[in-house]
Amino acid sequence: MTAPAALAPVAESAPIKGTSEWRIVLSRMRRKRLALISLVIISIIYGAGVLAPVLAPYSPTQTNLDRPVEKPSRDHLFGTDRLGRDELSRAMYSARTTLIVTSAVVLSGGLIIGNTLGLLAGYRGGWVDTLVMRVGDVFSSLPSLVMLILINATLGPRVTEWTRWVEDHTPLSGLVASGFPSYLLVFSALSLFFWVGTARVIRAQVLQLRERDYIMAAESLGASPVRVILQHLLPNVSFLIILSLSATLGGIAGSEIVLTWFGVGVQPPAASFGAMLFEGSGTRTFAASPHLLLVPGIIITLLLFAFALLGDALNDAIRGR
Amino acid sequence: MGAYVVRRLLWLPVVLFFVSFGTFTLARFGPGDPVSVTAGQVRDPEVLAQIRRDRGLDSNVVVQYIRWLKKAVQGDFGESYLQKGFSVSELIFPRMWISAQLGIIALVIVFVIGIPMGLLAARFAGSWIDPAIIGTLLFLQAIPVLVIIPPLIWLFGLQLNWLPVGGWDGVFEIWWIAGVVAIPIPDPHLYIPLVAFTLPGFVSVARLVRVSALEVNLEDFVRTARSKGLSETAVQFRHVLPNSLLPLITVVGFALAGVIEGALFVETLLGINGIGRFTFEAVVSRDYDVILATTVIFSAAFVLMNLVAEIAYGFVDPRVRIGASRG
Repeated sequence: MTAPAALAPVAESAPIKGTSEWRIVLSRMRRKRLALISLVIISIIYGAGVLAPVLAPYSPTQTNLDRPVEKPSRDHLFGTDRLGRDELSRAMYSARTTLIVTSAVVLSGGLIIGNTLGLLAGYRGGWVDTLVMRVGDVFSSLPSLVMLILINATLGPRVTEWTRWVEDHTPLSGLVASGFPSYLLVFSALSLFFWVGTARVIRAQVLQLRERDYIMAAESLGASPVRVILQHLLPNVSFLIILSLSATLGGIAGSEIVLTWFGVGVQPPAASFGAMLFEGSGTRTFAASPHLLLVPGIIITLLLFAFALLGDALNDAIRGR
Repeated sequence: MGAYVVRRLLWLPVVLFFVSFGTFTLARFGPGDPVSVTAGQVRDPEVLAQIRRDRGLDSNVVVQYIRWLKKAVQGDFGESYLQKGFSVSELIFPRMWISAQLGIIALVIVFVIGIPMGLLAARFAGSWIDPAIIGTLLFLQAIPVLVIIPPLIWLFGLQLNWLPVGGWDGVFEIWWIAGVVAIPIPDPHLYIPLVAFTLPGFVSVARLVRVSALEVNLEDFVRTARSKGLSETAVQFRHVLPNSLLPLITVVGFALAGVIEGALFVETLLGINGIGRFTFEAVVSRDYDVILATTVIFSAAFVLMNLVAEIAYGFVDPRVRIGASRG
């Protein structure tokens, strides 16, 4: 959640030029080799997640107790875990979990909640602004990880209960079996904490845009607030939205992994890097079969590093470097 | 400035109210209510009812909350549900002290290494050294603490046998020379947790220093210092460094947040009996009064740190004060 502080100066220094902004930023990005490499890494990991059902050599839940904790071999490129499940397939499905959680949180927490509240607070000002910003202050002054663990630990069983009830009373079925409740909880809890950064950045930018002539012109022509926000403000903050969202991606992915590591995130048998790490994180385990830690560890490190580099490059490109 | 500080201080109880009420309600929502946690294996309805009455759990949540709040304001956070006979404060404060020592040392190291790295990067802006430094630090930040600790324990604790594999034994160890001269050295238990705590922190400090040093480097007084023949080292340390440190005050709060959250894993993985591990165990075993107390204390520390940072920033940079009317 360090994003807001790092991003704040951008709001002031970013030039506002209209739609060609995008083309400029893109052309600057194209010249950054590191950004391209990080995009490639992210695409590979996310691509593996998307295509997991097609590409994975084994089922991620298929246990084989005859071949537990095997070192990487021709049959199992990344080895097998304690239950004889193929680590490569587990990793691909874990990438799928990361993909699902990050995109869901970016959509709901970032785009829907953060963006809407930021636009509203900045444009309406007054008590709406005060309310949104104060609520944001409360959330950002919380130790978010402790709260996330607490929320997930206490509400987990309830959400499962509710989902069962939904299954019983509607034609939907198989929700609990597919691990849906734990995904739902992880994603809602993360959304609760990941909207603040985006909302702050957007609000700061809107506060400046609000004073511009074209906004005043639109208002004096009788444009409704909704129209002003959607037609005139939104297009001009879109690049900032992308930037602030890309800055949160690493944090979201990391949080899901950590929650699952603590046993309160995505529940087994669903695959997650957090669960894979947990299995490999004992010192004795590491001494005997390091691949259990290294396979998920290296993938996560690469992914988080790529997110950080990408965020850096985007930041530079938007600031005009 | 005075009014501003007061306004921010008034904000503290509001945050703490929401935090404690939220946590309180969540705790009542959780599986395994406090009564069954306290009772352990006992399932006798009379005993359960007795516990419920003793703990005041028979009234509704709001009443319970108000009762808790009245005591908490006086520093009484109740009795642990699991470790019976111990008050929560008694359990928490010694552990907090351990974590605070670790955290403070970690913060100091982050700044002591991060600041020169940032200056160095700014000094070599435009050459390959700058991105190499920042890139390396970014990479260190990307390695999750969970991933780095087991190899560290394995390498230094088991293979090389240089360091203990976990635990906590105070900050200093005394080396006796000939049984007469005592030399305090950092305790070997410190090294692995400190590496885990500090690796993710360097980059944010270095990057901030770099950006502000780049700006300061363009100032007239730096050019004057150079043109009157000062050595580059003197210019960097006497003129650039003090003027680049200002924005760092803003990261202290975030750095502290990182250390507190890091404590959850580092202490759990390394068996350090600090507040991070204690909080984690309390959540797992649903020791609700402990959870409540730690969450409230953590949040109070967060809000206070950010407040101190803001006030300090206003002190050293008068320009901020003008804009301070907006909270």
